[in-house]
Amino acid sequence: MGRFEPEKMVGRVLMLFSITAVVVLLLIMLFIFNAGLPLFTKVGVLDFLFGTRWVPSKDVYGAFQFIVAAFMVTFGALLIAVPLGLSCAIFLSEIAPRWAKNIVRPAIELLAGIPSIIYGVFALVIIVNAAHITFNLATGETILAASIILSIMVLPIIISISQDAIEAVPRLYREGSYAMGATDWQTIHRVLLPAASQGIVAGVILGMGRAIGETMAVVLVIGNVEKFPTGFLVPGETLTSAILLEMGEAVVNSLHYRALFCLGIVPFVFVLVLSVLSSRLISRNHERFE
Amino acid sequence: MNKHTTDRLAKIWLWMSAVVIILILLAVLGYIFIKGVGALSVSFLLDMPQNNWREGGIFPAILGSLIVVVVALSFAAPVGVGTAIYLTEFRKDDWFSRVIRTASDALNAVPSIVFGLFGLALFVFYLKDYTGGPSLLSAGLTLGFMVLPTIIRTSEVAMRGVPYAEKMESYGMGASKLQTIRNIVLPGSVPGIATGIILSIGRAVGETAPIIFMVALNPTIPSSLFGSGNTLTTQLYYLAMEGISLKVAFGTALTLVLIILLLNHITRVFKKRLSRNLRRNC
Repeated sequence: MGRFEPEKMVGRVLMLFSITAVVVLLLIMLFIFNAGLPLFTKVGVLDFLFGTRWVPSKDVYGAFQFIVAAFMVTFGALLIAVPLGLSCAIFLSEIAPRWAKNIVRPAIELLAGIPSIIYGVFALVIIVNAAHITFNLATGETILAASIILSIMVLPIIISISQDAIEAVPRLYREGSYAMGATDWQTIHRVLLPAASQGIVAGVILGMGRAIGETMAVVLVIGNVEKFPTGFLVPGETLTSAILLEMGEAVVNSLHYRALFCLGIVPFVFVLVLSVLSSRLISRNHERFE
Repeated sequence: MNKHTTDRLAKIWLWMSAVVIILILLAVLGYIFIKGVGALSVSFLLDMPQNNWREGGIFPAILGSLIVVVVALSFAAPVGVGTAIYLTEFRKDDWFSRVIRTASDALNAVPSIVFGLFGLALFVFYLKDYTGGPSLLSAGLTLGFMVLPTIIRTSEVAMRGVPYAEKMESYGMGASKLQTIRNIVLPGSVPGIATGIILSIGRAVGETAPIIFMVALNPTIPSSLFGSGNTLTTQLYYLAMEGISLKVAFGTALTLVLIILLLNHITRVFKKRLSRNLRRNC
């Protein structure tokens, strides 16, 4: 028998610890797919993805209106958050004096730390009423209201990833641009933004992932009307909010239960793809400047 | 337009964007504070709810939040820090570390409601004989899975920040790998690890969707880990969605915000200490 080697033993225990992350990810896939996929023995995949009628009492499960609503709130959120977040990232990396950074950075960290349910409660009154009054609607609980609150929630991630990308651009690029007589702004939008574009896109992609998966803030403000969304000023229901609202009444292992898990599979798979894509882009952005 | 005029206009826009973000933060915090401060008192925090939450306090929710956070961190902190030690001290930057890191990033991106579905299928149904079904234990473990990537990432960054020279000195004096980890790597990365743990506490305390299917809404003191209970977030969702009592809802919201502000303040203190340490090392 070999000598007792504590180092090897500790190494093995720690290795077990480190595969936990992989095991958990695989378990999530196993349990979600296992609970959801049997739906397709009774309901066609295309009927599920592109059907627009969702009637659990008759076992009709078409999720198209939830999918469209989820993409609409995500798109709306990015439409607001990308220009604002990118500007703030440029501000922090290129323009801001130290004192301003010392105010804005902690503010963004705090914005990232505020729980989604708090944003929901804030939006439930303020944004919903603002939409109600501004657009003279019957109800302010709309896809627009959900987009606005989501845009606030994805700002921190867009800002921090794009700021990293812009700061990673070597000083030489800036000096070259200034040496040719370019102003700060010309340097920013002709040199820095193109050079950092991959990192910025990665930030937008991560923001997109957060927006499509968000539940609590959306469910409180979107109105939860299960109809095909015809615009931003109507109520709707997203994939995540439908799961949250209906799971309580679904019987375990019933078709309804399985259909709700399938509603979860859609953003899950989407977000996994986005996550791999964005980490590729981030590492490529860094490799370029090394 | 002259290029200098454009430059000035662009800079005004960039400054404005930062101002807008500060104003958004102030609006959210200010609104919750103004609406909630009237409800807040010591008895609000320490009393049982009365009359279906219309009167009394929110003590069971505070206790429930505390319990799920303790359960989540008792799982995630040792596993996460252990993973970080393994990746930084036992492995080179090889395929194994890349697999772990990719899985951890993917786990971090999983939508919170998907964690909720997962927890429901695994802890509430599949393992119900061990977890008590919809219990505080189930909720805590689900949250533990969710914050694991944060702890791995922050601890790993902290450990890579420990100066190479200090490690080499330790080995040079004949210390073993384990002694070096205990005496150099861990002490050097404590502020970073602590920051990660506090960040995770903040996330665990603020999440609603992962645990919404595992809590009971009846306001009782949880009898044990295997018993049911509710948390600040799930109670807030219930009160706001059903419109039961907005006064208590905003009181709960403010309590939650104050906890987040406190945790945020603590991480700031740790970060200051961290950068001071780094400067000393240079």
